[in-house]
Amino acid sequence: MYTYSEFDTAFLAERNRQFRAQVARRISGNLTEDEFKPLRLMNGLYLQLHAYMLRVAIPYGSLNSAQMDKLAELADRWDKGYGHFTTRQNIQYNWPKLNDIPDMLDALAEVGLHAIQTSGNTIRNVTADHFAGAAADELADPRPYAELLRQWSTDHPEFQFLPRKFKIAVSGSPNDRAVTKAHDIGLRMRRKEGELGFEVIVGGGLGRTPMIGKVIRDFLPLSDLLPYAEAIVHVYNRLGRRDNKYKARIKIMVHEHGIEDVRALVEEAFTRIKPEFAGADTLLAQIKTRFRAPDLRPRETQAFDTAYRRDPVFRAWADTNLAPHRNADHAIVTVSIKAHGQTPGDATSAQMHVLADLARKYGYDELRISHEQNVILPHVAKTDLPAVHAALLAAGLGTANVGLASDIIACPGMDYCALATARSIPVAQDIATRVEALRLEHAVGPLKIKISGCINACGHHHVGHIGILGLDRGGVETYQITLGGDATEAAAIGQRTGPGFSYEEIVPAIERLLKAYLDLRESEDELFIDAVQRVGHAPFKAALYPTEAHADAA
Amino acid sequence: MPRKHHPKVVTANDLLEGDVVYRTAAGSWSSDLRAAVLIEDPEQASTELALAQSEPAMVVGIYLADMERGPDGTPQPVHFREAFRATGPSNYAHGKQAGLR
Repeated sequence: MYTYSEFDTAFLAERNRQFRAQVARRISGNLTEDEFKPLRLMNGLYLQLHAYMLRVAIPYGSLNSAQMDKLAELADRWDKGYGHFTTRQNIQYNWPKLNDIPDMLDALAEVGLHAIQTSGNTIRNVTADHFAGAAADELADPRPYAELLRQWSTDHPEFQFLPRKFKIAVSGSPNDRAVTKAHDIGLRMRRKEGELGFEVIVGGGLGRTPMIGKVIRDFLPLSDLLPYAEAIVHVYNRLGRRDNKYKARIKIMVHEHGIEDVRALVEEAFTRIKPEFAGADTLLAQIKTRFRAPDLRPRETQAFDTAYRRDPVFRAWADTNLAPHRNADHAIVTVSIKAHGQTPGDATSAQMHVLADLARKYGYDELRISHEQNVILPHVAKTDLPAVHAALLAAGLGTANVGLASDIIACPGMDYCALATARSIPVAQDIATRVEALRLEHAVGPLKIKISGCINACGHHHVGHIGILGLDRGGVETYQITLGGDATEAAAIGQRTGPGFSYEEIVPAIERLLKAYLDLRESEDELFIDAVQRVGHAPFKAALYPTEAHADAA
Repeated sequence: MPRKHHPKVVTANDLLEGDVVYRTAAGSWSSDLRAAVLIEDPEQASTELALAQSEPAMVVGIYLADMERGPDGTPQPVHFREAFRATGPSNYAHGKQAGLR
């Protein structure tokens, strides 16, 4: 697990001291809101619909138990006893008071956490595969590279006022769990002639103009990561549009200039600046020593095998919530933060403490937050899984639904977000409750439903097998459905099915989609997304719009 | 089709709490929509907005929100966004609705 250096500690203390003074000046009236807003945003503080919201970075989604305990403490001391895990592996507090923010930031700094660059037109929190350091299919742990990028991008003087925000995702596996093709820069580790490197993808993004990223370099030696990343952001900083907020992301630059021209500029800049990065190798080597993988003790698996055979509740959970670990006697546990009917990604302080305890007792002190708004225990011996499962069940965290219809990504939507055009959370809650009542989701099998409450697409609806986009149509909440999106290495943008549905109509519409799939699939082995690709949209549209008269004007 | 004219309230968020607040007839700010002054005349609404913005107020993001006059004379939100602002989120009984119960 990475531990921060004295430099990081001193840097955080100084930043927090500055912000405490800025908050005091705002409250005393010496700063106007126009002056204060960019300062608070640099420290992750938004003003939302009902209250302030503090967004805390969880770099590449990795936490230790002390950090998770601290997140719980913040929820109890300064919020309403819960936190919201987001699609960017961050945590958000929905109800803090302005006066309390400096104390919250100081408390976070005690465990090396902060809210820096969780907002603003900077390089945001670098995200990574949530199975990093544990996955059976991993070539190498992507987190040292993510940490290298974090150190490089934090307070980078050239990149504090980019044309727009900038998001980087890193995967160390051929199976992309980090949605690398929907990021400004996506890095996918690969092996070429025995050597590890990155496939560098640029210009992906969702939002109002969704784009799948393009490969700018098919193989980048690992040691060239920083100068190459700097070259990309440098070219973007110069060439990216500042005349129109909606055309300011790098995806538009790549689209308008073409990947060939962008590549030529980046390669030219890379060649020029590479000599300045001579020390990066040493830094990376130092970082790697701080990411030492835990010494996994070999364990027998009998207790797991017995529980799996005898306990159907455990078996159902093991079938959906476990993933293969690189050590066959261990497993990766995905703890569902999607209990049916609950808010996706919301964990109470008591649940956070349980997760921290489990990490301490059974998980080598490691936790991850996934962009799918779940919590991962990356290293659990299989023999300990029955005990872990029992503890999770007791804490309301034992839901066996990872990867199924109720494991929904949902943005905060209009229940909290000032930008939202419709609600997301209650739609997710109602879909989950409905599929559970019908006992539908295990029959349907793997399915990604993703919901955004506005065109900015924080809920990743474009890459959901079923995407739901909430809009305001003439003062009424209206939901558009997209089909066929994919967030994996086979990334694809879903296509709209047709007119939208009202708030009351959207859950029955999703139910009709699932039932249509069950009717038309060739076998239980044909996944929803595969069926969509085989038969196209027509049978699903027929289920969604049984009569034209039903269609709402959207 | 011309947009229907609606009476307005002056609304913002409280600087310290972040809570939604409404301007009262006395020129103070209340967290309760029922205490808001409902302004029928468009010119007067603009004047009230400008006045509120000119004060060194402990509120943020002042604007005019469309309302209708309810049966009891109090303002009722026209748009669902304002309805959520006046009550709170739908997933928990947090925000204003907690105090209204």
